[in-house]
Amino acid sequence: MKKFDANIPEGPLAEKWTRYRGTMPLVAPNNKRNIEVIVVGTGLAGASAAATLGELGYKVKAFCFHDSPRRAHSIAAQGGINAAKNYQNDGDSVYRLFYDTVKGGDYRSREANVHRLAEVSTDIIDQCAAQGVPFAREYGGTLANRSFGGVQVSRTFYARGQTGQQLLIGAYSALSRQISLGTVEMYNRHEMLDLVVADGKARGIIARNLISGKLERFAAHSVVLATGGYGNVYYLSTNAMASNVTASWTAHKRGAYFANPCYCQIHPTCIPVSGDYQSKLTLMSESLRNDGRVWVPKSMDDVKAIRTGAKKPKDLAEEDRDYYLERIYPAFGNLVPRDVASRAAKNVCDEDRGVGATGLAVYLDFAAAIVRYGKSSALSEGIANPSMEEIKKLGRAVVESKYGNLFEMYEKITGENPYYTPMRIYPAVHYTMGGLWVDYNLETSVPGLFAAGECNFSDHGANRLGASALMQGLADGYFVLPYTIGTFLSKEIRTPKISTDLPEFAAAEKNVGDRIKQLLSINGTRSVESFHRELGVKIMWEHCGMARNAEGLTKALGEIKKLRKKFWEEVYVPHTDKNGEEFNPELEKALRVADFMEMGELMIRDALNRNESCGGHFREESVEQDGEQKGEAKRNDKDYMYVAAWEFTGVDSEPILNKEDLTFNDIELKTRSYK
Amino acid sequence: MAHDEINLTLNVWRQSALNRKGGYKQYKVRVNTHMSFLEMLDVLNEQLISSKDADGPVAFEHDCREGICGACSLVINGRPHGPMQGTTTCQLHMRHFKEGEVIYIEPYRAKAFPVMKDLVVDRSSFDRIIQSGGYISVNTGGTPDGNAIPVEKDQSETAMDAAACIGCGACVAACPNAAAMLFTSAKVSHLALLPQGQVESQTRVKRMVAQMDKEGFGLCSNVGACEAECPKEISIDNIARMNRNYFGAILSSND
Repeated sequence: MKKFDANIPEGPLAEKWTRYRGTMPLVAPNNKRNIEVIVVGTGLAGASAAATLGELGYKVKAFCFHDSPRRAHSIAAQGGINAAKNYQNDGDSVYRLFYDTVKGGDYRSREANVHRLAEVSTDIIDQCAAQGVPFAREYGGTLANRSFGGVQVSRTFYARGQTGQQLLIGAYSALSRQISLGTVEMYNRHEMLDLVVADGKARGIIARNLISGKLERFAAHSVVLATGGYGNVYYLSTNAMASNVTASWTAHKRGAYFANPCYCQIHPTCIPVSGDYQSKLTLMSESLRNDGRVWVPKSMDDVKAIRTGAKKPKDLAEEDRDYYLERIYPAFGNLVPRDVASRAAKNVCDEDRGVGATGLAVYLDFAAAIVRYGKSSALSEGIANPSMEEIKKLGRAVVESKYGNLFEMYEKITGENPYYTPMRIYPAVHYTMGGLWVDYNLETSVPGLFAAGECNFSDHGANRLGASALMQGLADGYFVLPYTIGTFLSKEIRTPKISTDLPEFAAAEKNVGDRIKQLLSINGTRSVESFHRELGVKIMWEHCGMARNAEGLTKALGEIKKLRKKFWEEVYVPHTDKNGEEFNPELEKALRVADFMEMGELMIRDALNRNESCGGHFREESVEQDGEQKGEAKRNDKDYMYVAAWEFTGVDSEPILNKEDLTFNDIELKTRSYK
Repeated sequence: MAHDEINLTLNVWRQSALNRKGGYKQYKVRVNTHMSFLEMLDVLNEQLISSKDADGPVAFEHDCREGICGACSLVINGRPHGPMQGTTTCQLHMRHFKEGEVIYIEPYRAKAFPVMKDLVVDRSSFDRIIQSGGYISVNTGGTPDGNAIPVEKDQSETAMDAAACIGCGACVAACPNAAAMLFTSAKVSHLALLPQGQVESQTRVKRMVAQMDKEGFGLCSNVGACEAECPKEISIDNIARMNRNYFGAILSSND
């Protein structure tokens, strides 16, 4: 039986969560001891959920495919985490964070979920501070904040450029504590390859022990997926190498609807592609746009001179530079949201004004900030009549204290020193707003299967604001799921321990085993990597990337089917055991890429269906024709104000589209303008 | 931009599984100097896959390739994470190598880090050290307001310096005694330097040091190689701080 009701509680928006929490069914402590929960993934959402469920007294089994739960890719988040604390006294509030998030998401998220997120955001900061997360502080000892894109207040908390790492270490230490107390059993180096559904409820998983290569069965009363996004469909992205969609995708195949798969976030500030050998792209934190100014040359002569190296960026006078974000969007300037900044960069590069050898880059320049900070430092240090050199030296020290590790990383990768020459940046795939469809309880359409963090679709609509991924992961894991899972588990207190001898476990294990044997038996000529690259770069990025149109998407649909067929005929997966019972990283990769091949098709179908431009999804057919917004993305609320929740019907058959209509009672629908 | 290409000879440690005999195999690769070290290994693996080499591709650990997850390791020409100061293997670029260079690549060597395959080692001993006490015992919810406990800025910065540890294990690989003092002391310091971590700092340090010994890590003899090779440049001052903390805890202990 599929569930497809958002289950939004009654009552005024601002009171829904509090009332619901106060009246939802609970599981008594003596019953919790007998109820088992599986949590897959140990990033911010998974680690915080597993730790909190363990603290509450449930018997938890946690899984990660890394050698340690601390390595999940939440760790790479740089800039910060939002919370409506209003510590800066700049007019922030729960409503404002809610408003910014709904508007930033281009009115494609579920109002009640977003409001709850804004409400619990403040608890997250308290929780993390208590765990010992070393947030940046002011001299008086209070917590410091900075600004992120798409908002006009300072609500982002941070720990240098390593906020994700520090928050994950916090969640990981809470998880470690529960492991030591015996409430959580941790399975490292285990990758979930199938979901087991028995009697219509999620009752377990099949995981591959990555060291022995053997398939193992794990049963529980309920399963939580916190397995991240699917940005690696594009091959080149800011995701980690092993980030994948397999857990969500197998859940989808077992009945969980997949919502809004076409919503992908393309982050404006990444280090540009430099060659065919490149394995991934590296993000430069959005926080840099607090101080960096984005520009390209105004004239084509200067563009050419820069590309050949005849001119250096600093040779261009101020009036010869086009600070295009400041010019087009004066109200938000360099801090427009990510989708807007990315498209603007694409537009200037399409006009052939991009810099760098490939012409696919724009400058992010800190020269003005260095002088501004230098002057301020000179003043506070009482240096009279400082020379420009002294000012710049002082300014570079301030910039280093703010962004030192990012500047260092940029220099390591590119060999250029951004203190002296502007960074070159270009948009890259970063985050996926789409994900498993969940109701208000974070329960998917398969009863007993929950999804938290990036792997659900719930809070960011069609575009996520900076520093909101960490907020959502921890909100789900610490403060939402541990309560809402009780709505399902309270009905399970009479269900005895689930046995792995159920026929559904045997069937799922056979399904995975057969897939592995088939992959290994192909013995073709092409590497998994070469297929992944072709899928990502030639099909997905080309036709389902920053700008999409019906013609390209239709073409991509044909191409992806052909490539998938070729993959299953020509791939070569090295092995010594025909059942895959050995440590074999190539096989791991092959299983993930096989799922990306199917996932990509769903993304293309969703992008084709949604003939409007909203957030990260830009359809060239849907653009404002005149007025102040001319050339900007055009949303179509009349026809597309719904969540597209796709139902799986078979790998080679068309999925069914289910629609959840979105209603906005507490926020006025507006054209999203940052001008 | 002209991409320079260089030819390299690689001597790579190959070992089929845990407790099997391993040895060096030699490979030739031609690579672009803008590649990272791991992208150079990708090139080697693509070669080994397309030639259907009997040993298969080289297994090595990696994930974020941004220098933060701590998955990548390797001992490159005798140095954990290679020749560049403060740099993880994934952030090491081939522009630092010369045409014709011979490079030795081997796994971390330590009793507490057994080799699982080729260049992959088991570092779960680090997890167990954290599980023994590397946390502040607060449950979710009911914590005081974030600004209720002011933390002195410099103190917070020093805690952050220690917290920057990525748990990669280079300190152990660099140490002639294979000690885990820099790793353990970084975690102890991170929490002990903050007022929130003060409450249980004595039990924490005792338990973490005991677990470290139990895992079979060696003793510290103040060589300082850990600090020199740490990709996050974690200071050896943390070891001194942990020792003070530890002896204080032992002397004032009632048990």
